[in-house]
Amino acid sequence: MFGYFTKRLIQIVVVLWAVSVLVFVMMSFTGDPTYMMVPLDATEEQIAQARRLLGLNDSHLVQYGHFLSSLVRGDFGRSFVFRQPAMQLILERLPATLEIVILAMAIALVVAIPLGVYAGASPERASSHAVMAGSLVGISLPGFWLGMVLIYVFAVKLQLVPSSGRGPTQELFGLRVSFLSWEGFRHLILPALTLSVGTLAILIRIIRAEMMEVMKQDYIKFARAKGADRRGVLFKHGLKNALIPLVTVFGLMMGDLIAFATLTETIFAWPGIGKLLVDSIYRGDRPVIVVYLMFVAFMFVVVNFVVDILYAVIDPRIKVK
Amino acid sequence: MTMTPLPSAEPTATPLLSVTGLKTYFHTFAGVVKAVDGVSFDLALGEILGLVGESGGGKSMIGFSIMGLIDPPGRIEAGEIRFEGQDLLRLDEARMRGVRGKRIAMIFQDPMTALNPLYTVGNQLEEMLRLHTDMPAGQRRARCVEMLRDVGIPQPEERLDSYPHQFSGGMRQRVVIAIAMIAGPRLLIADEPTTALDVTIQAQLLRLMKRQVEQTRASLILITHDLAAVSQMADKVVVLYCGRIVERGPTARLIRRPAHHYTRGLLDSIPHDDRSRRRLHQIPGSVPNIRALPPGCAFAPRCSAAQPLCREVEPVLAEFAPGHAAACHFPLEAKL
Ligand SMILES: Nc1ncnc2c1ncn2[C@@H]1O[C@H](COP(=O)(O)OP(=O)(O)OP(=O)(O)O)[C@@H](O)[C@H]1O
Ligand code: SF4
Ligand SMILES: [Mg+2]
Repeated sequence: MFGYFTKRLIQIVVVLWAVSVLVFVMMSFTGDPTYMMVPLDATEEQIAQARRLLGLNDSHLVQYGHFLSSLVRGDFGRSFVFRQPAMQLILERLPATLEIVILAMAIALVVAIPLGVYAGASPERASSHAVMAGSLVGISLPGFWLGMVLIYVFAVKLQLVPSSGRGPTQELFGLRVSFLSWEGFRHLILPALTLSVGTLAILIRIIRAEMMEVMKQDYIKFARAKGADRRGVLFKHGLKNALIPLVTVFGLMMGDLIAFATLTETIFAWPGIGKLLVDSIYRGDRPVIVVYLMFVAFMFVVVNFVVDILYAVIDPRIKVK
Repeated sequence: MTMTPLPSAEPTATPLLSVTGLKTYFHTFAGVVKAVDGVSFDLALGEILGLVGESGGGKSMIGFSIMGLIDPPGRIEAGEIRFEGQDLLRLDEARMRGVRGKRIAMIFQDPMTALNPLYTVGNQLEEMLRLHTDMPAGQRRARCVEMLRDVGIPQPEERLDSYPHQFSGGMRQRVVIAIAMIAGPRLLIADEPTTALDVTIQAQLLRLMKRQVEQTRASLILITHDLAAVSQMADKVVVLYCGRIVERGPTARLIRRPAHHYTRGLLDSIPHDDRSRRRLHQIPGSVPNIRALPPGCAFAPRCSAAQPLCREVEPVLAEFAPGHAAACHFPLEAKL
């Protein structure tokens, strides 16, 4: 157990270091941030001064050294635009993203599990074929198009939900969330729905494939021979076994949604980290982009870690080691 | 003193299970597979029936047909499976679930795969009681402990919370037997219950099963390749070849004086040296493609006594001694 955590910790450090190198290289080749920092009417002298202060005259190696040492000290720099610590900006907007992502994953699971299980248990039925065709459509729909259709139908025509923005928020454990009020929740629905469709469609296919495999196993036939009803066979004996390979995919999907909810957040003017990233790229706000990338890398390592734990929880044959 | 009329006793001749003209076919792209093709046999309460024959003979499909667990493309085309007086083929799925596990239990060949790897042995054992009894939870656990002890699992209290992978193959099969027997079935179908196990453990488990069915006065259908095991366990034997019964009779008689050439071949292939593997390799040739059986006797291509007649006319199962029947034009045991 102890060895496991040490190994994980080393892994986190290595991954973050590798990402820091990548980020640094990327940043070094994407233009000079000096012009972001100085007033428009700055003199040559002032610009040179700024370059010196930013350390841009040093060799790349020295610059990377500075970069790394400030990262290690937890100093991720300040946003050029907001004049705030970049990390703080990310953390402030994270709850908004987490909210739609979690709701999207919940929708995806609630819909995909029963559909995938039934489609996998009776793959020959017409209804199963219909589910598979539907999932194919779901996979091929471009997210932005779907978002706009949803806005048009549910916000503009039917006026059931607001078309954009986050709505009122409440404080929960120091985080600002919107799902606590009905009005706030209404704002969540469309972005979450948009975000969920692709994931949902892929989940259905994976669950179906896993279930088809599991249904061939002896223990399923044995469960039926015991007199278990269809529900018990499918959900108690089948689904749990089908979940094992699903856990990895699910973890990665969740990380993916958090990291790249950008498009959906932009369409719905949702103030999450995805929108922050787009805005920051647009404004050349380098520290924010750097922190964002580091944060995403960190998150994937954490997701991996959670997946490992979940494996051990679901499958008694796996020991955390 | 008034005499209340006694309920008319069931005629003792009514068997527990009576299979008549069972046909189970698989409709595949490559053609129809007649896995079970007109099989009939009876089984009395407390009796042990051995179902033998080479691989592909249809033994498992008979078991699954009785359990109502034939899946597409398989289908029961015809026949009757009368169990405790009702035709199982006419029961709806809900009523059939009440039969499965509770009245008829089944044991599979491979104990490594029959248990769900994600649930404790206790959970899977208790599931039977949850499904088929209204025993309160506290009592269920005690009953499970008792059952595990019954099938010879040491420290049953602790073992209840172990997962299948923490047991050896033999111990797992004991667990499977415990699961099969815990709801008190009248009929146990054991499909090659020991084939996947070590030779020394095979004998132990066969004895255990025999004891279990005897104690509960249940009946047993023992499906196996192993005629030697059958000779020690079964009261009567049914020999299958390509989905059809080629011979059936009381064990002692059938083993001593087999009538069908296929049965003879099976018997000859039992090695007398107990240490060598009991493999069937002495019958020349191999089982024909079941999708394209030759006309006449399906065994003719491999039979040393085959005559032209055998390749033209299919022999019918004919009884030539009480309870002893064979489907052969030129039986070894023509006269009594
Ligand atoms: N799903 C299926 N599709 C097509 N044919 C099948 C299917 N299941 C079984 N069969 C056929 O049914 C026949 C009987 O199979 P069965 O499993 O009953 O044989 P068996 O006597 O139990 O053999 P073994 O000793 O190998 O277990 C075989 O020829 C097999 O090919
Ligand atoms: S019918 Fe003919 S071929 Fe078939 S077993 Fe008898 S003798 Fe052999
Ligand atoms: Mg079989």
